[in-house]
Amino acid sequence: MAIRSISAANPAGTNTARRSSVSKRRQTTAAYLFVLPFFVVFTTMLVIPLGYSGYLSVFKNQLVGGLSFIGLDNYIQAFSDPDFLGGIGRMLIFLLVQVPIMLGVALFLALGLDSGRAHGAKALRLVYFMPYAVPGVVATLMWGYLYGPDFGPISQLFRSVGLESPNLLNSQNILGSMMNIVTWEFVGYNMIILYAALRSIPAELYEAAGIDGASQYRIAWSIKIPAIRPAIMLTVIFSIIGTFQLFNEPSLLDAIAPSAITNGFTPNFYAYNLAFVNQDVNYAAAVAFLLGAIIAVVSYVVQLGTQRSERKQRKAVR
Amino acid sequence: MTSTTLAPSPKTRTVPSKPSARRHRKERSLPLTILLWLCALYFLLPLFWLFIASTKDNSDLFSSFGLWFGDRFSLWDNIASVFTVRDGLYLRWTLNTVLYAGVSAVGASLIATMAGYAFAKYTFPGSRALFSLTLGAIMIPLTALALPTYLLFNAASLTNTPWAIILPSLVSPFGVFLMRVYAADAVPDSMIEAARVDGAGEFRIFWQVSFRLLGPGVVTVFLFALVATWNNYFLPLIMLNSSSLYPLTVGLAQQQSASAAGGGAQALFSTVITGSLISVIPLIIAFLFLQRYWETGLATGGVKE
Repeated sequence: MAIRSISAANPAGTNTARRSSVSKRRQTTAAYLFVLPFFVVFTTMLVIPLGYSGYLSVFKNQLVGGLSFIGLDNYIQAFSDPDFLGGIGRMLIFLLVQVPIMLGVALFLALGLDSGRAHGAKALRLVYFMPYAVPGVVATLMWGYLYGPDFGPISQLFRSVGLESPNLLNSQNILGSMMNIVTWEFVGYNMIILYAALRSIPAELYEAAGIDGASQYRIAWSIKIPAIRPAIMLTVIFSIIGTFQLFNEPSLLDAIAPSAITNGFTPNFYAYNLAFVNQDVNYAAAVAFLLGAIIAVVSYVVQLGTQRSERKQRKAVR
Repeated sequence: MTSTTLAPSPKTRTVPSKPSARRHRKERSLPLTILLWLCALYFLLPLFWLFIASTKDNSDLFSSFGLWFGDRFSLWDNIASVFTVRDGLYLRWTLNTVLYAGVSAVGASLIATMAGYAFAKYTFPGSRALFSLTLGAIMIPLTALALPTYLLFNAASLTNTPWAIILPSLVSPFGVFLMRVYAADAVPDSMIEAARVDGAGEFRIFWQVSFRLLGPGVVTVFLFALVATWNNYFLPLIMLNSSSLYPLTVGLAQQQSASAAGGGAQALFSTVITGSLISVIPLIIAFLFLQRYWETGLATGGVKE
């Protein structure tokens, strides 16, 4: 306001207008320069490899005849490849069992801490989060020892009370054992995202409910959880991406339980084995590409589904 | 100088003041406390085991109970052997990890901060499209990219160099997203305007005015980028093949499989375990020290859409 009135009184007002358009242009240039570094690395490290992967995936390298264009054959092969499908199936089980448990526990812990009713909440928060700072390799090694039949404390406990110790590393149990490792690693990470979201809900939102005598559970269920829906969504999407990318756990457990871990235990482990053990880069590229597509589709469907149910809910409320 | 006093540090209001106001009329609940501490045991016990196991020599490792000390206290011997085995290769791995993770995290957070700030504070043609592109990229599994990246780097003779780890780790779409949301709140438009009226250029405004206000957001992006590179196993595993370039993750995994495979190399078990313990400590310390900042950054940045 002040600026405009000065310029109106100023006979050289047009000058200011020109100056502001110069400044606007300068701002646009600055904005482009600010985003430039990101989009340079984005293009070279993400777009180009992605494109190259797509390019590789439509070729096949044969002993006789060398590299030849085969169109979508690699993808068709993947869809009837029991190793690939088995890995995808295992990851779907993971999604349906491990992700809900992990996020449910994370949500429970976040609500518990946020309620402010526990002693030592600050220490608890750190304890829950600590596993996230532990490298996945170390977490897997550690749990590998804990599960181990020789000096693993789990077996020792079972034996000390005269029971037979369960073999947590055989082919029936290894998926569950892996779910436990991933849960241990990432509950705290998800908890902290949800907790941060809970903290930023304005307190007035549920103070009234508290005065009205609503119970803690009621407040949590009807006010807090709906309020942090975007954050919950974020953790769901991250978990889907993370699940399909599992690699550390199968690759390290493979060393201590080779009979339980197959080459295609997870799709990512499979792509790795195809490329670096079988030396079939083209098929590996197709598998990796397909994996990315599956993740994108699943994430998209989940997002779409929740948006729709949200809309329905809103309509029902009205 | 003036800008520090000018800065009303808008973040301090959100976190510390509100909960304390809320906490006043909360009575503590014993069942909830017990339940939450029982959950804590699940997270603590494996780490406790790791510590206990690090104090044992190999024979105690196999003969004594896993969750309590053995006959001898060998922690110092184990630490000594971690750093002396194979001519102190472990120290090399540690330094590599610090280098890779440090450079990547500084670079990634700087790049993401600039981009997120531009998206939040400037209107420019194409900004919506570019930002949607960034959001979409959050969904791209980075490990699925590792293979074509490896092939490209191989063609450019970049594999088996530190660049192979650092360059791919500079991309942080989630960091851009977080910084955009954070900058929208933390940097008042009026302050940018005031700086412009004073004749400051856009870059000077960014460095001298805005960057200070973005602190907690930057720390958050930095820490998460740090962890991502520090804990990465897949990328260095495929990119590097000389063990003197390995980060801790690949080095430890290799040591572990060597000790699991060779019966004669059994002495390595306690070395691997103690090495694992040591590798965990730096990140936990970083999170502890920077807790105030990154929790603030997450609370305001990571939750709105």
